[in-house]
Amino acid sequence: MYVAVKGGEAAIDNAHALLAHRRRGDPAVPEVAPAQIAQQLTLATDRVMAEGSLYDPGLAALAVKQARGDLVEAVFLVRAFRTTLPRLGQSVPVDTSAMAIERRISATYKDLPGGQVLGPTFDYTHRLIDFLLEAGAELPPLPQADMKAGAPEPSPRVTDLLGGESLIERETRPDDEAPAPDITRDPVSFPASRAERLQMLARGDEGFLLALGYSTQRGFGRTHPFVGEIRFGEVPVEFVPEEVGFAVPLGSMRVTECQMVNQFHGAGDAPPQFTRGYGLVFGQCERKAMAMSLVDRALRARELGEYSGAPAQDEEFVLSHCDNVQATGFVEHLKLPHYVDFQAELDLVRQLRREHEARRAPEAAE
Amino acid sequence: MIEAENDKRNSGDNVAARQRMMALCAGASVADLDAALVALGPLPAVVDLRLPDVGLVMVQGRAGGDGAPFNVGEATVARAAVQVADGPTGFAWHLGRDVAKARLAAIIDALWQDEARRAGVEAALAPVDERLAADAAARAAQTAATRVDFFTMVRGED
Repeated sequence: MYVAVKGGEAAIDNAHALLAHRRRGDPAVPEVAPAQIAQQLTLATDRVMAEGSLYDPGLAALAVKQARGDLVEAVFLVRAFRTTLPRLGQSVPVDTSAMAIERRISATYKDLPGGQVLGPTFDYTHRLIDFLLEAGAELPPLPQADMKAGAPEPSPRVTDLLGGESLIERETRPDDEAPAPDITRDPVSFPASRAERLQMLARGDEGFLLALGYSTQRGFGRTHPFVGEIRFGEVPVEFVPEEVGFAVPLGSMRVTECQMVNQFHGAGDAPPQFTRGYGLVFGQCERKAMAMSLVDRALRARELGEYSGAPAQDEEFVLSHCDNVQATGFVEHLKLPHYVDFQAELDLVRQLRREHEARRAPEAAE
Repeated sequence: MIEAENDKRNSGDNVAARQRMMALCAGASVADLDAALVALGPLPAVVDLRLPDVGLVMVQGRAGGDGAPFNVGEATVARAAVQVADGPTGFAWHLGRDVAKARLAAIIDALWQDEARRAGVEAALAPVDERLAADAAARAAQTAATRVDFFTMVRGED
């Protein structure tokens, strides 16, 4: 039960003023600018864009600054901001095979058309704290390959390579394509469609999805995954405004895609083949894209006749709890005043205690 | 009537050329577009048909990259619509919130649709085209330096 409580206005004002000063920190240390956060803490802003479900690097960087680096708080700020803007429409689905690739790796094919490029990665670093970064060491020279003349070799999606033998399942694409259902407009009911699941996973909490993906590897709904391909880079985005009636190029955005390929023994009419889980996330969020693809595949357990009750296979459990704005809202609301609820519970416990004592009194007398 | 005009302008080649010009404006900086408009000389009066503002476009992907569409998340989009001296309407939609840049791009779009000015507009945007191509080539060369050249160790036992 909630009852309006007055008082505390001055305390709240002062708390927010204090917050502004603590956010600034020691005035002797230079203030950080959102552009510095966007450029130098890029993976933090990418995570805020992905989970805030809003692509805008400058805005995400400002949110990170405002939230003092609390990324879930920054995601919350971005989600609140989006509610203030009108919806102009839906984009043309982005074509990840047209990506300007900055990183592309495969754990299933060594030599794939277009090759493997590592790009800017933490992989193969030694994970030793680099004190030279603190000392302001010079950067190594920027690596440059000699580019041969002519068009670069295309990099088809790895899942298209074995298509001829249908050893890897194909995605189905309806002839008359309807726009995707939108969970921000129409509430989800269970069972959800794959499109709704993918939208919720794309904006889901990285930590939660990582733990669920990990749980499938440890045996709770095992899916025998291989990374077919991870690619990161810029894709062009197009939108068809009704004013002009053709696809207008809006510019490019950075996305990470993960194609997980999973062993499948076949069931019913379905022959043994590799099945797929998919991850597509704003920004350079490789761990998130991998976790998303593991959980996407795990959530196909019923469709593929392999449901075993593992947490990652439970659609309602996963989708109802993967949104960190919803989760933090409900968990953190517990710190708001519950004085009346608690008073009522206190009275109840006192009464139960009295009844308990009354029952024990005759027993003690015997 | 506007729709009829759109139909006339939306014929194949015209649309592809206009999309190329719009892509250049989307990739350009506000300084680039300012410079292009300065290069185009004194401009006729510009009327804002809609004040430049910011909205959201829901970005779709495809399941598995090539399957049915799903929503990945929204993106901020700045848009503008202008009319230059009773001529055609110019539009712009750009990722981000730079409404000043969107308005300059809408002016450029209006000028481009005037066939007498088209060549001039494309010439004014040529430096942007060159710079974007050079940036993309530089990034591609940096990425290519991280290409893995696998080789298999030959074992000496056979």
